[in-house]
Amino acid sequence: MTKRVLPGIVLLAIGAYFGFVVALANFNGITSLGFGIPTGIQATIAALCAVAGALFFLSVDDVGESVGAAGWLAAAGVVCFAIGSYIGLFVAPPEQYMGEVQRIMYVHVPSAWCALLAMTIAFGSAILFLLVNDWKWDARMEGSIEVGVVLAFLLCCQGAIWAKPTWGVWWDWDPRLTTTAVLLFAFLGILALRRFVDDPVKRGVWSAVATIIAYVDVPIVYFSVRWWNSLHQQQSNPGTVSKQFWLPLRANAFGILFLMVAFIMIRARISALRLKQELAPPPLAEAQLGEAV
Amino acid sequence: MIHALRKEMLLQWRTRAQMMAVFVFGASSLLLFSFAVGPNAEMLRQFSAGFMWLGLLLSSTLTLAESFHAEMENRALEGLLLLPTSPRVIYYGKALANWFQLVLLGCALFPVMVVLYDAGTMDLLRLFLVIALGTAGLSAPGTLYAAMTAQVRSKQTLLPLLLFPLIVPALLASVKATSLIVLGDPMQQLGPWIRLLAAFDAIYWSLCGLLFGRVVEE
Repeated sequence: MTKRVLPGIVLLAIGAYFGFVVALANFNGITSLGFGIPTGIQATIAALCAVAGALFFLSVDDVGESVGAAGWLAAAGVVCFAIGSYIGLFVAPPEQYMGEVQRIMYVHVPSAWCALLAMTIAFGSAILFLLVNDWKWDARMEGSIEVGVVLAFLLCCQGAIWAKPTWGVWWDWDPRLTTTAVLLFAFLGILALRRFVDDPVKRGVWSAVATIIAYVDVPIVYFSVRWWNSLHQQQSNPGTVSKQFWLPLRANAFGILFLMVAFIMIRARISALRLKQELAPPPLAEAQLGEAV
Repeated sequence: MIHALRKEMLLQWRTRAQMMAVFVFGASSLLLFSFAVGPNAEMLRQFSAGFMWLGLLLSSTLTLAESFHAEMENRALEGLLLLPTSPRVIYYGKALANWFQLVLLGCALFPVMVVLYDAGTMDLLRLFLVIALGTAGLSAPGTLYAAMTAQVRSKQTLLPLLLFPLIVPALLASVKATSLIVLGDPMQQLGPWIRLLAAFDAIYWSLCGLLFGRVVEE
């Protein structure tokens, strides 16, 4: 165990514990497990610990170790996601007005959180890469942009599937929907830029610059579209939805968070290995160098 | 900075044929947009601001890409970077020159829009303000991205790919403001849109200047 996997596991365990305790308290009225801490604070602890634990996992440097950790994390994510989806699909009651369609919320809302989190990790990695010039931040940036793009794409698809029966249209020019689409295209452009630049130094610096510029755009897009047009219902979070829906929502949020971090770790490792190969001198030159010496 | 701007202006003056070509491109795209809608005069008038800005946006990619094209020949950019100034000066010189060119282009496309779509206004001062602010929003990130994409393969595709999602707020605000000026503004909504444009410009003119040094460093 390196220094960072252990605190990561501890934080994730605390986060998961409080998450489930809060959910249980609201689902079945069991409150004896919460050490008497108010539910609101428990929920905050759960969210903060989950995100902090995930970040600890992301900061694992040792390549071999990170693969093992990512595997375990992905397994935990699948378990959480399976539990959450089972409860969400079969146990939780349907919503009063939207009916069964509302069940998509259990994947839609966690995807939204995690997509934004992945983009934020990309933004942070971009700044750190420009400041400290360490290649591991370049790898993490690429990993989190890719995972963020996948999540944002899923988010748009789920949103469309939900919007058709609810609003009667596949697409609506609502601020959050439009911002997600703009974000998706902006980050796809950055991935394309990375493919087209052969020099690793330029690729890293340019995509970091582009990531910073694109991320700064997000709030501006959001507010401009909000002034332009608005229809989307208020964001769903455990505060705005009925207590019966908390448990599946939380379980899925943890599941997708774990999966996201695991994917970013694996993807970052792939790009780190590719980079190592790129930066390594070609074997022929090495052989010649050996002869010369 | 003045010298950098002067150099860019001189360069643009010497290649005025290019500017003319960009204008013709923009004007012909305005002509094409009207075929997309059909000869419905009322509808064309309604969409005129959107068409004008789309035409301007499409033409701007040509202008922006061109601005770094000359620097790539004979590795002129490296020579510029060797000058005893900060790269920021080069960036602001280029961005200002691009801005100037886009303002000219916008002012030239407006009469075309008036003729084709019958969407005129007498409030020229405010229209000029919107054109100036909107094109400033295109030129700041556009110049930075042009500096990157000029150095890579398939630059023609990459510049719009990076630039278009980014300038959505600027495009939205410019179209909205222009159409309020052209079609009338009964609810007094022009102010917030112009403020949004100004905020977008302020953010990107400072942020891109800050980051440009890293983009061109060797």
